[in-house]
This record gives sequence, C-alpha cells and structure tokens, in this order.
Amino acid sequence: MTPTGPAVAVVGFAQSRSVRISDTTTNGVELLIPLFHDVLERVGMTKADVGFWCSGSSDYLAGRAFSFVTAVDAIGAFPPINESHVECDAAWALYEAWQKIRTGEVQTALIYGFGKSSAGVLRRVLALQTDPYSIAPLWPDSVSIAALQARLGLEAGLWTEREMAEVAARSRADAVTNPTAQLSGLVDVEKLLAEPYLADPLRMHDCAPITDGAAVVLLAAGDRARDAVDRPAWITGIEHRVESSALGIRDLTSSPSSAAGIRALGGADGVEVAELHAPFTHQELLLRRALGLGDDVRVSPSGGVLTGNPMFAAGLARIGAAAQQIIESHAGKVLAHATSGPALQQNLVCTMEAA
Amino acid sequence: MKQRAAVLGTGQTHHTSRRTDVSLGGLCREAVDRALADAGLTSADIDAVVLGKAPDLFEGVMMPELALADALGAVGKPLLRVHTAGSVGGSTALVATSLVQSGAHRRVLAVTFEKQSESNAMWALSIPIPFSMPVHAGAGGYFAPHVRSYIRRSGAPSHIGMMVAVKDRLNGALNPYAHLRQSDITMDSVRASTMLWDPIRYDETCPSSDGACAVVLGDETAAEQSSRSVAWIHATAMRTEPTMFAGRDHVNPRAGQDAAAALWREAGITDPLAEVDVAEIYVPFSWFEPMWLENLGFAEPGQGWKLTESGVTEIGGRLPVNPSGGVLCSNPIGASGLLRFAEAAMQVMGRAGEHQVDGARTAMGHAYGGGSQFFAMWVVRSSKP
Repeated sequence: MTPTGPAVAVVGFAQSRSVRISDTTTNGVELLIPLFHDVLERVGMTKADVGFWCSGSSDYLAGRAFSFVTAVDAIGAFPPINESHVECDAAWALYEAWQKIRTGEVQTALIYGFGKSSAGVLRRVLALQTDPYSIAPLWPDSVSIAALQARLGLEAGLWTEREMAEVAARSRADAVTNPTAQLSGLVDVEKLLAEPYLADPLRMHDCAPITDGAAVVLLAAGDRARDAVDRPAWITGIEHRVESSALGIRDLTSSPSSAAGIRALGGADGVEVAELHAPFTHQELLLRRALGLGDDVRVSPSGGVLTGNPMFAAGLARIGAAAQQIIESHAGKVLAHATSGPALQQNLVCTMEAA
Repeated sequence: MKQRAAVLGTGQTHHTSRRTDVSLGGLCREAVDRALADAGLTSADIDAVVLGKAPDLFEGVMMPELALADALGAVGKPLLRVHTAGSVGGSTALVATSLVQSGAHRRVLAVTFEKQSESNAMWALSIPIPFSMPVHAGAGGYFAPHVRSYIRRSGAPSHIGMMVAVKDRLNGALNPYAHLRQSDITMDSVRASTMLWDPIRYDETCPSSDGACAVVLGDETAAEQSSRSVAWIHATAMRTEPTMFAGRDHVNPRAGQDAAAALWREAGITDPLAEVDVAEIYVPFSWFEPMWLENLGFAEPGQGWKLTESGVTEIGGRLPVNPSGGVLCSNPIGASGLLRFAEAAMQVMGRAGEHQVDGARTAMGHAYGGGSQFFAMWVVRSSKP
C-alpha cells in the first residue's frame, strides 16, 4: 500500500559503552538515564517534548518478569506518558513508534533498548527461543545453531573461513574510532585462523562478544525534525518479516525475509553505507548477498555488533549508527538491518536518506 | 491523515484451568481460526500479525512469537510482539490499530494468549528485585491495600465487592467461552468463601486461565468489503506512569484518568455514563469495578460504588459493565485485555449472543497492568467515525 502520513526522520542517537559486565542492575535505568539526557540535550528538547516512548528488552535476559517496568523509572514518567514496549530488539520498537508518528497522533518519539547479557549464560538463554516442545529440551545454544548455518554455507561454497576472519579483522579495525566499542584493534587474519574452534567452524572472532549495554534513538516528524538537526536522516521505508521457526525447513544459507524486505523497499540502489546486525561473521557475508549490497557499499563502519552486541539494543543501534552517517557526515542514502531469533529468523530493513 | 480502522472479526477459546490437550500454537490457532471465520477471511487476507502476552516466564518460553510464527500464519509477514504487563491485551489491539491507521496495512491480526498451566504465574511474579517492593504471593497481595484505601476514602459499604462478584459470575454463566460459569452464585456463597487478601475473598478473585483471543482489524476498504457488521474504532488511548513515587495515588492513578480524558475527547464523548452503552473494564478483583468507574470518569471520586449498588452496571442497567463476565470469570492474563476490547466490539457488532446488551451502539474496552500504572482503552461504535 502507498505510505501515508508525515515524513519522519532519525534526529538523535546515543549508545552506552559496550562492556562485558556492567556494574548496573538488570533494569537498564543506570544505563538509560545519561543516554536520554544526551540525546535530548543535543537537539534542545526535554522529556516533555517526547510524544511517544517505546522500548525493547527481554525478561528472559534479565531473568525476571516485567523487567521493562522498572526501566520506566529512567524516564521520570509523571505526568503520565504515552508509552509502549516490545519484547524483542528495540529496532521493532522503532518500527512501532514510526507507525505511531505516521498516524499523525504524535510528532516525536524516543525509542530505547537495553540488555544485560552478563546476568545469565547468553547462549543457553537464547536456546529458549526455540520450539518449547521439540527443540528447546535439547538446549541447542545460539552459537551452535549459528555454527550449523556457517557450516552449510561453507559446504555450499558461499563463503570461506578466511573471508569470515577478514570480516572480523575489518570490524575490529573500524571500531578503533568508535568509543563505545567493546573490541577493537588491528588483528592479523592469519593469526585469527590459527585460533582453535569455539563451535566448529566458528572461532571466537566469528562470534559477537557478550555485552551489557543500551541504545537510544530519537524520531521526529517534518518541521520538528528540521528544527532539531541540520541533516535529519529521513526514513524512506522500514520493512520486516519473520521466517518459520522450523530450522530444518528454512534455507539457512540465505535470508529470504531480508531479501523480501529490501525488495519491498525498492532495492538497495544508491545505498552508500549499511549497518548490518550480524552477530556472526558469516551472517554479514550472507546478508550482503541477500540485501543485494554491492562491493562499493561500506558495511558497518561503526565496527558493528562483532565489536559490541548489547542484546535488544544492538538492532536499534544499527539504525542509529546508520542515521549518524547522514546527520553528522556526508552520506546521502544509508541502510540499517536488525535481526531477531535463531539464525536470522526475523529481519528488519530500514532505508534513510538525507533529503 | 489517520486512516479509519474497524474490527472485522473476533475469536476466543473456551477458557479453562488447564488446556493440556493443545500446545501454545494450538491454543492460539483456535482463537485465530474463530476470528478469521467471524470476519469471513482466511490467513491469506492478513497482512501483518501482532502478538501480545504477559511475561515470558509464565510459560517458560523466551519470545514465544518466534516459535509460534507458523501457527500464527505469520511466516513471510511482519510479526510484532507487544508486552506491556497486564494491559498487554489492550496494547496489542492498539498497536495493531495504529498499523491500520498509519496506512501501513489493510488487514492486521492481533493475537494474545496465556497458558498459565505451563508455569506458575504467582511465583513468576514473586522473584525478588533489588530496590523494588516484592509482590510475594501474587497480585492479590499487592492490590488489597489499594482496595482497603478505596473503601476508607469512599465510605463504600462492605457488600459492594460481593455484588460485583455475583453480577460478573452470573454474566459469565451467559457466556459459553467463560472459564467460570456459576449460575447458582449468591451473596451468601461469596461471603462464605475464604478470605484471601482482606477484603478480597476467593470468590471475588479472578481465576488462573489458559486461553487466547484474536481480533482481525481492517481499514475502511476492508470494512466496506465485509459482508458482516463491523465495529468502528472511534478513539484509542495509552498512558503509563511509574510503579512507585512519593505522593502517587494508587487508588485513582493519574495515568488512567489522563488516558480516559484523552479517549473521551477523541470519541467526542462529554458524558461517558450517558453516552456509552456498555463497558468491558479490566476487573481482576471485584472492588476494581467501582474504583475504575471513578478513574474512567463514569462517576465522581467516591461515588462509583453507588452505580454498582443501584444496579446500573448490570445487564439491563444504564451502563452494563462486563456482560461477558469479565476478568472475574476468565483470566488468561495476556489475553484478558484483548478479551475486553473484543467483547466491546462484539456488543456493537451485535454478535455477543446471550450476553448481548440490547441496542448497544457505543462500547468501551479497557485494560490495565503493572501496579495500576499501564492503561490501554478504546471506544468502538456501530457507526463510522
């Protein structure tokens, strides 16, 4: 259907430093308060200017019910606010907020995501995303499922272990200039390939680090966006799709839901920078192909989630980091991607342009 | 700018303590199939799915929408998961509505469920949280002091709670999907039931239910293509405030008042008691009927209990409240809010069966959650906005 409603842009982004173990509670409050201040102050707004608040987080990551409820304390939500929450990566909260603005009900929205992965054993926690009757009792952890996917691609000749290591090396080199990155530095591909396997064929460098962190994105419509920043990152479209939960019937060497998403957005022509939510090196190679990104597209110049992966905030942070390429730099058209679920089960694609 | 939206169909399961005969997917599918049949549609007509449920710890499945994608008919489509505590059923309807109102989709399926028998909600809620008041022994222990405060402030006589319980359970006996159907309940039997959290007795408390609810929403074109009556959405509102802060009014929370004020304004309603024909209000403990009547502006503060006492809220009264039997008869937590929204729609569509309120043209659905801090509500009418 033809999109209606006002033009909406990303006008602000802030992310906490990605760390292996933060000394904060699982409710995100300590991480979020400084980010709210940062993102609002930079555009001259206060919390009273925010028309809608929407967040993404997970009770299972926090290990308790209603973990998002105490996160509301970070806002100071009195007088009461217009607010909602998704139990998935906050990229989907941004989608909900974007639609809310497009109804004309509100003009601005603040989206936040947070996750304290150090509260549990992440790869085992994520096993509980699989079918509870037939799969979860086998405790297939997230790294092992990704390894199966990597193996299928290797056997199909779609990528090599060297190409995977090169993704890791490039990501860490890019992250040298990213003050929020957990991992950064210049690493030698040969040395990476000499490391032992973590889950064959994945080595440690092929897997995103385990991270505690949070991210915040500010959206505004029309003139509110133009008033906020010189170069708003106008959202030209967001599409998301889910695939089957049955790993055995999915084509794990591709990403049909990402491909369908970019098709619905009219393709990736003209995209200069893409921030991809690829927690495993082979997934970046897979997504590049599925999204039709040419060799001239700069992928994840922030270092991406391979250098810092705050669960339930990392997808939102991709949108924020891609938008920064327009707001604070010279990019004309950017793409952001977010994922959720085992082996890229659910994918969201967002395109943004300078004008 | 805002596109018109309408309810095209609703569906729910027969709510009960333990649905050991179906999986989570099977439970949801029953409600989805009934909603699609009610709307005269199939899964192929649906453009996007929104799933809502209360905490994942209630079933022990992390983000169950991922595992349920196939059962929900969502594969290849946008799937969004909403979680806003007990208000989630209402919020799910409102998020789905906004996907239609924004022009993003023509037909959206909202699905909610809870399968309490797969876990233990009371203990899932009782995990100690640093710096937060514990909710040990479930929600009743948390809300009983608010009820006592209401009684003190309003001077309501002690039998009001029992009256609500009798009314809702008798209403539930008219609803084939209700978990508790007690056509023989009396004031005496309620009074004789065990006191759980003074002044809330066993018979004044919601059950723990397995159940699901689904609603099909559509835009103006979809509504006009429907061969059956639809419920037009005239107003929606959501508000949130923190659980705790100094000076907070837990009995008559500001977030509920603000949401209701915004709702009536958008619906063009100036006198809710006179202009609303039927209300489905989230009443998990009997005393919340008079409390929410005041919070929503159907009565002045301290006066809500008089509406209950004088029979205004019975079927046949001026404002029937929870003709379906409400949360007091069925409480599949994540679905309970959407059930309120769906039942409101069923009333104005003329499809509420034995608990139909004669001549219902305007209805409101309401849900709340957390420590009376998350509110979601809508107004639906048989006429187009």
